[in-house]
Amino acid sequence: MSVATHLAIAPVVIPAIAAPLALLMMRRRRRVGVGISLLSCSAMLVAALTLLVLSMDGTIRTYAIGEWAAPFGIVLVVDRLSAIMLTLAASLSLIAMLHAVLTRTDRDGWHFHPLFQFQMLGLNGAFLTGDLFNLFVFFEVLLIASYGLMLHGQGPARLKAGIQYVIVNIVGSSLFLIALGLLYALTGTLNMADMGLQVAAIGPDDQGLLRVAALLLATVFAIKAALVPLHLWLPRTYAVTTPAVAALFAIMTKVGVYAMIRVVPLIFGDDAGAAAWAPAPYLMPIAILTAIVGFAGVFVARSLSEQAAYAIIGSTGTLMIAVSAWQVDSITAALYYLVHSTLSGAALFLVADVVARRRGSHVDHASPGPVFAHRQLAALLFMAATIATAGLPPLSGFIGKLMILQSVADIDGWAWGWTAILATTLIGVIGFARTGSAIFWKSEPAGDGPSLPLVARTDMVAPVIALLLLVALSAAAGPATAFMQDAAGQIMNSGATVRAVLEKG
Amino acid sequence: MGKRAATCCKKVTAKKEYRSQPMAVPATLSTLVVLPFVAALLIAAFGGAQRWVHSGLAAAGSAIGLALILSVAGPVIGGDILSVSAPWVPAIGLDFSLMIDPLGLMFAGLIFGIGLLVVIFGHFYLADGEATGRFFASLMLFQGAMVGIVISGNILLLLTFWELTSLSSFLLIGFWRHRADARQGARMALAITGGGGLVLIAGMLMLGIVAGSFDLMTILQSGDIVRASPLYPVILILILIGCFTKSAQFPFHFWLPHAMAAPTPVSAYLHSATMVKAGVFLLARLWPVLAGTELYTGIVTSVGLFTMLFGAWAALFRHDLKGILAYSTISQLGLLVMLLGFSIEMAAVAAVLHILNHAAFKAALFMTAGIVDHETGTRDIRRLGGLAKAMPVTALIATIAAGAMAGIPPLGGFISKEMMLYETLEISLFGLPWLVPVVATVAAALSAGYSLRYAWQLFFGRPRDPEPQAKAHDPAAGMWISPAFLAVLAVLLGLAPMLIAAPLVTAVSSAVIGRAVPEVELALWHGVNTALVMSIIAVAAGVLMLWRHGTLLRLYEGVRHLDAKHLFERGLGMMDAAVRKAIMLVHRPSLQRMLFATFAVVALVMAEGAWIGGGSLTGTREGLPASPVAIFAWLLLIAATIAVLLNERQRFRVLIYISVIGLIITLGFIHLSAPDLALTQIAVEVVTILLLLLALNLLPKTPPVLSRPSRRWRDGMLAILGGLGIGGASWAMLTRDPGQTISSFHLANSYSGGGGKNVVNVILVDFRAFDTMGEIIVLGIAGLAIYALLDTTSRGTAGERLRTWQEDMPHSPESHPVMFVMATRILLPLVLAAGLFIFLRGHNEPGGGFVAALVVAIAFMVQYLASGFDWTDSRRRIGEHFLIAAGVLLAIATGLGSLLFGANFLTSAFGYFTLPLVGELELATALLFDLGVFAVVFGAVMQTLAQLSHISQRAARAHAARSRASSAENGA
Repeated sequence: MSVATHLAIAPVVIPAIAAPLALLMMRRRRRVGVGISLLSCSAMLVAALTLLVLSMDGTIRTYAIGEWAAPFGIVLVVDRLSAIMLTLAASLSLIAMLHAVLTRTDRDGWHFHPLFQFQMLGLNGAFLTGDLFNLFVFFEVLLIASYGLMLHGQGPARLKAGIQYVIVNIVGSSLFLIALGLLYALTGTLNMADMGLQVAAIGPDDQGLLRVAALLLATVFAIKAALVPLHLWLPRTYAVTTPAVAALFAIMTKVGVYAMIRVVPLIFGDDAGAAAWAPAPYLMPIAILTAIVGFAGVFVARSLSEQAAYAIIGSTGTLMIAVSAWQVDSITAALYYLVHSTLSGAALFLVADVVARRRGSHVDHASPGPVFAHRQLAALLFMAATIATAGLPPLSGFIGKLMILQSVADIDGWAWGWTAILATTLIGVIGFARTGSAIFWKSEPAGDGPSLPLVARTDMVAPVIALLLLVALSAAAGPATAFMQDAAGQIMNSGATVRAVLEKG
Repeated sequence: MGKRAATCCKKVTAKKEYRSQPMAVPATLSTLVVLPFVAALLIAAFGGAQRWVHSGLAAAGSAIGLALILSVAGPVIGGDILSVSAPWVPAIGLDFSLMIDPLGLMFAGLIFGIGLLVVIFGHFYLADGEATGRFFASLMLFQGAMVGIVISGNILLLLTFWELTSLSSFLLIGFWRHRADARQGARMALAITGGGGLVLIAGMLMLGIVAGSFDLMTILQSGDIVRASPLYPVILILILIGCFTKSAQFPFHFWLPHAMAAPTPVSAYLHSATMVKAGVFLLARLWPVLAGTELYTGIVTSVGLFTMLFGAWAALFRHDLKGILAYSTISQLGLLVMLLGFSIEMAAVAAVLHILNHAAFKAALFMTAGIVDHETGTRDIRRLGGLAKAMPVTALIATIAAGAMAGIPPLGGFISKEMMLYETLEISLFGLPWLVPVVATVAAALSAGYSLRYAWQLFFGRPRDPEPQAKAHDPAAGMWISPAFLAVLAVLLGLAPMLIAAPLVTAVSSAVIGRAVPEVELALWHGVNTALVMSIIAVAAGVLMLWRHGTLLRLYEGVRHLDAKHLFERGLGMMDAAVRKAIMLVHRPSLQRMLFATFAVVALVMAEGAWIGGGSLTGTREGLPASPVAIFAWLLLIAATIAVLLNERQRFRVLIYISVIGLIITLGFIHLSAPDLALTQIAVEVVTILLLLLALNLLPKTPPVLSRPSRRWRDGMLAILGGLGIGGASWAMLTRDPGQTISSFHLANSYSGGGGKNVVNVILVDFRAFDTMGEIIVLGIAGLAIYALLDTTSRGTAGERLRTWQEDMPHSPESHPVMFVMATRILLPLVLAAGLFIFLRGHNEPGGGFVAALVVAIAFMVQYLASGFDWTDSRRRIGEHFLIAAGVLLAIATGLGSLLFGANFLTSAFGYFTLPLVGELELATALLFDLGVFAVVFGAVMQTLAQLSHISQRAARAHAARSRASSAENGA
């Protein structure tokens, strides 16, 4: 057993150690606690990158926890998809954490760092596990930690949105449990790969139950991904929460998308009888609706953070248009756009914060105010973030959208998908141009009110890093898409995963 | 993608023999595109520097670009096609592929050449204190995007640059950002041209898919396949929308006049040789693929024809100099589009020549308009006149350029207009052979009219307003040198067309058409023919219009005109209002609505799944006989559930009924032989009920009514549906035989592999310890979140509300009854011992860390209840935070311990030891893990308790203080 073998557990263990350590340190020695937190994010990134490099050889690595082989124990599965998600999560965590520390928002309330690390634990666990019940457990970790983070800094708006967020998501968890119960009753297993084998043997009497379970599970993932009409919890939650947290939350909806991509081909693939590709026919219309609602929200929102929240919904819709085709090419496009939209969503939240911190009482509302500090720079950042989010060249959103358009060109309903993607792009562009010109171009003479806050430029570091990553993702789109194509190949060829999970160990 | 990483460089020899390789083609091509962007970056980097640094960098960039173009001009006009290609995103066929053929060469030359002139002009034009850095950086960005369009060898790359021009022109048009018209104009241009670009994306993608490649050369050779494709009409219309929006063709023209809010150098650049020409360029580029069909000719010709007429008509009645030029641009673009629409080779030749002419005279005219504005302070032609005396140089330049625009010999414009008129005779639109020539002649007459008016009313006649006149004078040479150069060019294009234009026009026309055209004859005099007659009529009519302009103007102003900008803004405003209303309505932050949506979806998917999947609801498993006790418990469960519903607004009562439900479920577990579950359930039940009681103490006892009766009916129906669904699913599961499950493995291996006889516990701490680790962390996080949430309640609004909190429950006069206190203190050690017992035996008998923690927590809670918070709290030694942190660390450390022995994370080990007195004892690493579980669970529960008690304490104290104060007041 080499270190490399145990590396699979690192993304879970690192934050699980960092969180209690930070908790113990924060009360007496704040700086040490912050250091632990930053160190943990960096270590997660190193671990994730190593796993990413390892996954390049095409091997699907498994790690049996407690040495209990699948399907009896819990196994972690590291394939290309999990490596991508881990790397994305770790990069994002570093950006969000950096922003929180640099803007000192981590001091706005108790336990920011432990909660943040626990949140990462939940994310990483969800991306690694090969066990459906274990996925539920990590969804719980995610949910409760995100609830804590969402309330960070408090205020009535956050408390109100938080209650709605947590209740809707607890309902989602209950549904997850019900679906799990059904699936366990039908297949006698919790391991996803094993479940994928067992569903083929389910008799005709049980097909209805199986399909119900599949659709319920898809519903749970749709709640997480905030697909219309299950998205209602998102706009307010994301718009009112601490910007660094909102930036981290950019990956939360993607957990739902990830789970869908992971579970549907593996469990509800061709062999699943009545449940084969069960959610597929509904995904395209829902995705289109989600994209439209999201970008319509961007079009009419009156503040940058609100726009960013709606953009998260819209980009998930765009992404799901690709997913709904369930082909290697479309999943490739979806993965590329997933990475892109997570980073661009985060960048937009952070830029909104950069603006809000400088404009005094105007915060990030699209209302003309006095000229504020570093307006030119902030405008540049805003433009880059919105270009990325709307999907215009030269950033990765454009490449991603081109990929999605091409990949769905030969499936039914492609014309609707194309129209939705292109029309929502335009709506988004107009919306962003409007708020941008109101904030950065229009100005009013400074009145008698309190003078604008003087803010150091350090708070631009995190959004700049996010944007640079987008630049890198655009420049290296060739190798990135090649890697993602392999990842999509692994996902769609569930047989290989089943062999790797059940025969090894 | 490094431009140096160009992996392949091919050189296509189109028609001539192999020629000597131009040196370093890849480097030249890449430099052409990269250069403007580098210039932009440098200018931005030296943003604080002086103006000449900015303009110098921009001029240097443009000059080098122009030099590079000239350096390859010979071979390219000779027939070489230079290209370079490097893969960028092979998955979608997007290559970084550049290609220069004569068409690209001409446009790139115009972009750099006019760019250089505009930079020089702009340097002198911009006032002191203007943000020249931002200006020139944006200008260079735009230049780079434009060059990219014209030398892209891959249509996806072309699209990339296309949208970049929309974005960079947005910055340029909105340069004077403090002006509302600039902001609106910029946004409108972005919406129209950017939106058109998106439509173009759809068209180009389809084109590439039909042609089987996104490589431009391949596509240009696939014309027959494309035109035969059933998708051809769709492709054509989508691409045309892209071209028409960019080239301001009716009905997408209205953004262009409003783009005049930009500084004049920008207008001179965007509307002479670049932005608006991109659409024309693309039409010309794709001519071999798209042109030649009836559909193409019909649409393109009629749109171009109408735009030419409409633009010219509107231009005649503008009063703003730039407004005249804007509409004249629309008209001239219509002319070009129309010529390309003819699908005749010689019409394409005429178009190519006119592109050159228009670039020269239009840029010059914009610059002269800028000079007049700069020197007199107004652009209103009604206030100007007779400026020729005050500014002779400007007058000369402007008159020559306007003459070219009017199509007056011996200027370049005359030749191309003549060619145009000649070609119109070949075209029969809608079956009417006279339509195009007549309309074209009328449009030409209007063009002559507005051109002559521009020159005449501005520079000749008598001054109309003394004020702008007074300060008018010719600018410094730096400002008129650029338009002067262009005016000379306009003259030369007429006098010596064969010398300076013919080889280029021939080569470009061949590139447009896709095969060689014979050397074109360009001359002023072609003898007397129909075109000449039409031309003479046009100019004569133009003069007439100028003479009778006042009458025409009254006619024009007597008619109400649609204001497209107004329509656009109002349409957008109405859309905004409607969409905003809808979005706000849907997203009202209502929890009921969120849950309604969720449950509605659940009901739908369950119905759909059952319907499509089929099968039976009831399985084949034998049921157990129902004992009277079981039936009674079942009835009690239903009664309690109904009671919860009926007492929905009596929170304390609801809590009691919920506890009844919990107890019955516990009984159910016992009845069905699941002692572990029963133990856990009852412990959880007690703890949560106690905590909820504490929490409810501070909340309003009767919450407000939240829903109308109608809504309640709706929600009730949905609830019944959901209940039926979930109940049905449970029924289906319970009536089925479990079959082969992984539990049988757990049963078989619990003792041999996990060292425990209690399978449930072994599952929790060994088989699925990873799940348990996650779940205790959930509890720990909950503890932390509750702390973070409640610790701050003493401050702010929450604190204020706490301080004014009213006791609304009758309290026992004796807050800590002695009997209760004594009993609980005696009970404490006993319960602790029981907890230890439950903990230790957990591996083999029902119990374990989780239950033990709850039992111990109950013991402590009871202490708090009996003896009060302060008494108990002061005797507490270990903090809850520490318990949670240490518990998680212990669990993880146990898991990592196995790594030291070469085993995977959370692998257990166990052994049996004999201790004196106690006897045989089993020690398993799982026990350590379980200790971690114990610590976290205990810590989380105590954390919650402590926080809830804290705020209750605070509220009660505040209340007591207030009642004391008020009684003291009453007493006094």
